[in-house]
Amino acid sequence: MTAVTDEVLTFDEAMEKYDPVLGFEVHVELNTKTKMFSSAPNAFGDVPNTNVTPVDLGLPGVLPVVNGVAVESAIKIGLALNCRIAEKCYFARKNYFYPDTPKNFQTSQFEDPIAYDGSIDIELADGTVFTIEIERAHMEEDAGKLTHMGGSTGRIQGAEFSLVDYNRAGVPLIEIVTKPIVGAGSRAPELAKAYVAAIREIVKNLGVSDARMERGNVRCDANVSLKPKGQEKFGTRTETKNVNSLRAVEHAVRYEIQRHAAVLDSGTPILQETRHWHEDTRSTTSGRPKSDADDYRYFPEPDLVPVVTNEAWIEKLRAELPEPPAERRKRLQADWGYSDAEFRDVVNAGVMSSIEDTIAAGVSAAVARKWWMGEISRRAKLADVEPAELGVTPELIVELNALIESGKINDKLSRDVLDGVLAGEGTPAEVVEKRGLAVVSDDGPLLEAIDGALAAQPDVADKIRGGKVQAVGAIVGGVMKATRGQADAARVRELILQRLGVEG
Amino acid sequence: MADLIHLTADALAQKLASKEVSAVEATQAYLDRIDAVDGAINAFLHVNTDEALLVAAEVDKARTDGDTLHPLAGVPIAVKDLIVTKGQPTTAGSRILEGWQSPYDATVVRKLRAAKMPILGKTNLDEFAMGSSTEHSAYGPTRNPWDLDRIPGGSGGGSAAAVAAFEAPLALGTDTGGSIRQPGAVTGTVGVKPTYGGVSRYGAIAMASSLDQIGPVSRTVLDSALLHEVIGGHDPHDSTSLTDPVGALVEAARMGQVEGMRIGVIKELQGEGYQAGVLTRFHESLELLRSAGAEIVEVSCPNFRYALGAYYLIMPSEASSNLAKYDGVRFGLRVVPEGTPTIERVMGATRAAGFGDEVKRRIILGTYALSAGYYDAYYGSAQKVRTLIQRDFAAAFEQADVLISPTAPTTAFKLGEKLDDPLAMYLNDVATIPANMAGVPGLSLPGGLADEDGLPVGIQLLAPARQDARLYRVGAVLESLLEETWGGPLLAKAPEIAGGK
Repeated sequence: MTAVTDEVLTFDEAMEKYDPVLGFEVHVELNTKTKMFSSAPNAFGDVPNTNVTPVDLGLPGVLPVVNGVAVESAIKIGLALNCRIAEKCYFARKNYFYPDTPKNFQTSQFEDPIAYDGSIDIELADGTVFTIEIERAHMEEDAGKLTHMGGSTGRIQGAEFSLVDYNRAGVPLIEIVTKPIVGAGSRAPELAKAYVAAIREIVKNLGVSDARMERGNVRCDANVSLKPKGQEKFGTRTETKNVNSLRAVEHAVRYEIQRHAAVLDSGTPILQETRHWHEDTRSTTSGRPKSDADDYRYFPEPDLVPVVTNEAWIEKLRAELPEPPAERRKRLQADWGYSDAEFRDVVNAGVMSSIEDTIAAGVSAAVARKWWMGEISRRAKLADVEPAELGVTPELIVELNALIESGKINDKLSRDVLDGVLAGEGTPAEVVEKRGLAVVSDDGPLLEAIDGALAAQPDVADKIRGGKVQAVGAIVGGVMKATRGQADAARVRELILQRLGVEG
Repeated sequence: MADLIHLTADALAQKLASKEVSAVEATQAYLDRIDAVDGAINAFLHVNTDEALLVAAEVDKARTDGDTLHPLAGVPIAVKDLIVTKGQPTTAGSRILEGWQSPYDATVVRKLRAAKMPILGKTNLDEFAMGSSTEHSAYGPTRNPWDLDRIPGGSGGGSAAAVAAFEAPLALGTDTGGSIRQPGAVTGTVGVKPTYGGVSRYGAIAMASSLDQIGPVSRTVLDSALLHEVIGGHDPHDSTSLTDPVGALVEAARMGQVEGMRIGVIKELQGEGYQAGVLTRFHESLELLRSAGAEIVEVSCPNFRYALGAYYLIMPSEASSNLAKYDGVRFGLRVVPEGTPTIERVMGATRAAGFGDEVKRRIILGTYALSAGYYDAYYGSAQKVRTLIQRDFAAAFEQADVLISPTAPTTAFKLGEKLDDPLAMYLNDVATIPANMAGVPGLSLPGGLADEDGLPVGIQLLAPARQDARLYRVGAVLESLLEETWGGPLLAKAPEIAGGK
């Protein structure tokens, strides 16, 4: 689809005149075994309409039953976002007709969310911290997935027919809603990305969601409005729906800021509406008008009893919470003694946990970093997988490192040993044995190779005899080449100097 | 086999247990009766001949083999067509579900199958249980066996008429505002609305979730208790189902005792609007209970006067949402209009063609009542009234162990008489609705025939939530006292069914 390109101001121009106000609704799909209100499996990627029970299809006569694990997940998310947990909360029906919603209402929460009044600190790359207030986190169910066939837009308008897959219908969702975020200024796009990244990290760390944005496990609706600098009153907002990658969140917020600024500059009011994000053009297009008077005819779900929590249950769940990601990072950096830059690289490479495990298995922080940021990251990049997915275990690194430290192999040989281990040839020691990779430590064959190298480069030999000890590298290189790398370079150097009668 | 079909369920069960009668004989007798009279009554939308006989044969074989069987094994039953059944159509009395078959059984149906009760078929009802006369069925009205020109009550007119016409010894009904009790009253049968949550609603097509309740329909109080014990109890598929055990209901019905009990006459449920013959029979019942040693006290439930109004906000509100799923997308009728068939137009055309007038009326009412700006005034206020009604009941039950009233203000009215006057139709449920609003159990039993028209009058007993046993205890006594005065069951006075074979 060719999007109608709206007029935009440059970001800097927009920032000179306006202050952005943000707000986010992030939907997190839980990874419970079964759905929110039925016993159907909660699984991604299965044959359409196979993970369904009569409840998920909204057949006549069915009734929902709340998934207790989903309630616990909701409470954990609430606690991780420093929310208050409701003592008693209700489900409500949100009524609207749409074919991806089998009952033509979504079972959600309205006036009484399970978690409310929270906040999280978001740290930007340069260390600036913004506190984002969380209005609420509530439980609801996902809709099915529509695929519109025919037509050019992939949208329902103009489609010849539409296919619907109800496997996703009823998957537990937690919707996390922020309060308006004021004061981010030009950091707004960056903050947007960092906020969604933080939510994703928190729910992943809690183990309550697979948190894979490409699968829609975490979906963001981004609200943006602008107000002229100095004005208190918020401007009219737009809601860009389903922005489903971190980068897209940043770009969508930036684009909407620039678009709003152009519209406001032209003296036209902003239309309150939903917007669609287009990754290809990095722009948004108009969705449907959305007013605060959208009438979903909410009323308390009469088929479900209230969810009642108690102090003991909440405290038990609180005690089970894992260490928050931000605190964990601070602790690990201090423990390992990495510089800010080193640590940021580790985090960005996604190997922090691997390094932690490897250190625990018995190597130094420096050695763990050398392996995970060096050889393993290099291989992961080549294979286009995450470093942790290569099958390199902390124990393997410990063994390889022990072989190096004992002088049995060198760094270069260790890569061959790793190849062998990953190819299933056995333990590092077995690979060394089978491939004959041990460093040559018998001086006899080395001296032979040294004599050969000296004879091949008599001029260099003369230089060394004449006191230019730094020239010894060329001879060492020749020896290493002759021994196919299996020599201990330090020992070779020592022997060359001995041979030439020069003090090292 | 005329004798067989006139047996009570309890008596039939005993004859089956003693092998005096086989389940196949009993089932066949009822199927023959359906064949003979249902052309005139139209109680059944579907007759389940083959499966019913198959189950009956299984029972007979099991009995020959000496297997342990449920006491009601082999006793046939009819099921209101609002309750989903595998292997048979379920229509809810609506065109929009014509030809639809459920892939799953309602919990109560699973229980009937577990007890090996042959299911005779599915009974007629007002569309989606919306009505008090069964005239709102898309498949034609059911007629009252006492007078074929009169209504059998509603919405469960089919179940009540089937039992009254000896087409079934037992039936299942559903009661949202009186749909079991009022048909019981006007057909001279017994009907019970259990405590809300006492019987699983899983598989009962929802009209108003917070009010709907499945319950037994029978010819005697004891028979209802027997069926109630089969269908009652907790169901993990229904979050609103109670965890309490179902209770010793049969024992209560067999014991039947009122001496020393305080029976409260609800001041607001008599007098103006009540037919003279109904009140005469009602007062006779009070005298009988008094003579049996009960203390008759008067209680006041001042907020009951708002019950009907509040009910007609809450019920349509919930119904408007519950009925949204009938859109032609996944099951049931689909109407594709001429021109470009967008999803909105298909949904609209399907619902326009598939729903009858009364259903549309309530969907519109409910949609309006839930709308932004009206919610507080309508739905919100109605919920407050509901609380007040619950308080009235609580106060009344401090003064009385059970409450009593006529079940319906009048005897059966004529077919067509109130069809064009929805409000007059709604008023028929004025005495039954408060129980649904408060979730308390209610039982209707025959109180005799009204002098002016010779038609059955219903007496309603109400008990506190979870005290369903009290209904059976008092109901059994009143039934036996009344039958003494009549010289036998009231249904023995019913005319032969004209038009029957």
